Amino acid sequence: MESFFSRYRNASLLVLVLVAQVVGLGTQVKKRNDTAGKSETGGTRLIRLWVVDAITPVEKFFVGGFHGIRNIGKNYFYLRGVRQENRELKAEVDRLRIERVRLSEDAAQAHRLQALLGFKEQFVSQTIAAQVIGTSGSDQSHVLYIDRGSSDGIKPDMAVITAAGVVGKVLRVFHSSSQVLLINDSSSGVGAILESSRLQGILQGTAAGEVTLKYVMSDEKVQPGEPVLTSGGDRIFPKGLPIGVVQAANPGSDLFLNIRVKPAANLSRLEEVLVVTSIAETDPRLQAAPGQQIRAADILAERLPSVPPKPAPAAPKSATAVPGGTASAGTAGAPATAETSTGAAASSGATTGGKPADSSAGKPAVVKPAVSKPAAADAQKAKPAAKPASAPPPATGEDVSR
Amino acid sequence: MSDVTIVRTSREEIEVYRFGPIISIVVPLLALVIQAFVPVRFRSFAVLDLPLLVTIFFAVTRRSQVAGLMTGAIIGLVQDALTHQAIGLYGIAKTVVGYGASSLGVKIDVENPGTRLLVTTGFYLVHQAVYFLVARNIAGLALEWLWGRTLVAALLNGVASIILFAILDRFKRGT
Repeated sequence: MESFFSRYRNASLLVLVLVAQVVGLGTQVKKRNDTAGKSETGGTRLIRLWVVDAITPVEKFFVGGFHGIRNIGKNYFYLRGVRQENRELKAEVDRLRIERVRLSEDAAQAHRLQALLGFKEQFVSQTIAAQVIGTSGSDQSHVLYIDRGSSDGIKPDMAVITAAGVVGKVLRVFHSSSQVLLINDSSSGVGAILESSRLQGILQGTAAGEVTLKYVMSDEKVQPGEPVLTSGGDRIFPKGLPIGVVQAANPGSDLFLNIRVKPAANLSRLEEVLVVTSIAETDPRLQAAPGQQIRAADILAERLPSVPPKPAPAAPKSATAVPGGTASAGTAGAPATAETSTGAAASSGATTGGKPADSSAGKPAVVKPAVSKPAAADAQKAKPAAKPASAPPPATGEDVSR
Repeated sequence: MSDVTIVRTSREEIEVYRFGPIISIVVPLLALVIQAFVPVRFRSFAVLDLPLLVTIFFAVTRRSQVAGLMTGAIIGLVQDALTHQAIGLYGIAKTVVGYGASSLGVKIDVENPGTRLLVTTGFYLVHQAVYFLVARNIAGLALEWLWGRTLVAALLNGVASIILFAILDRFKRGT
């Protein structure tokens, strides 16, 4: 027996090392299945911690040097074309001002309708800008490393976005860095909705690094080019963030369509991202305009059951079915302010409109978007739902929208 | 096209090389850092597997099966720690490659570029096959074996090995 092992010493060692790794791998897989991937065992967690702590400082050094060299060149070229660019930007600002007036009208109308239906709005209320410092280096694992960790307030399952759209979610958090799972990884999943058809599905990555929208029935019509947004159903990403556009939709082998999605964010060239550290959920009906207070009586009246008014003969169902909606509908004609925010998508745009704030400064750049000021707040002060009789008839949708 | 000559030699004829402890640590670490950092800017760089090339290089030049499999196992496990998947997938694949490359290094001379291209291309395919089998059957990952992509990646890694091995040759110390 002894001679056997001494004769096949190297092969025995190979078998031993392989068996040890297979057993370790099997144990991890079993524990992952038992805990539904929520936790990691102490040993593997420790290995990851050591490796990441050893590698990320070197990566941060490289990223810093790379940015320094690039900025020297960039600054020179920026100065050369700055006058022409300034002229173009002024023209762009004028154009955007006109567009803003139109959009604010749409936003105000959307707020009135949300207030009427009692929707809760989700806002990206706080983000942290982070620099991408590394990847897994593997085609089989679509993850990124960012230079913000638990010391900056990052926690697992936080959404990671850019100005263009959704990037992924925080998977593991270390002291000064975090691992982000991209939406094109085969193990990721995002609740998604098609913008115009309102069909919902789950966005998943494939082994080849593509993004597909699953569980949309094959008898539905989905057009290429249709935007895909977050549905908010996964409780990670706020509702309404852009994910991408439909690239192709073909019947799948089962009951569902095979929808390929082109991500809005360029996942293969990410340098800065925003981690959503706080999502606020607000009820537009209970928000006051600046300087205005909501009376407790109004809030109480809002929550009390109201006597539904007699429906007008031509009244649409939606206008009468919502408790409290009559008062809002009757008084929703308050003029909308141009500052009205439009929920998550608008908020994220506000936070990411430019480059992430001061990501190179070394401090976590906390960006707070403007607070929403829905036009419907005026409605709350004026007429609570407890007095339906005195409210103007909610009869048509036209009244509501004005 | 360079000449491909795989010469069968006796064990005594092949020179065994050693590396200093700093090179043995810094080179694999640098390969891992470059592998993780460069794809941030150039995603297609991920098609190369620098840690695998370093594993093969150390294995064939040291010509020790124990050193080869241990180098492969350690580099593979560190590479696993950077992914989000279970630790051990790259570890197992690189252990097999490290052992195989050092066994081959004992039997044939792998000094010329043509041999290096063939050896690296072959071991890349072995590495991918072992990874695929382990990932699908033990870790339960839904992977697809893409022949075209894998062959192209194998050739690219083979070409990259010619350049990388030529650089790393400078650090070799004869025994």
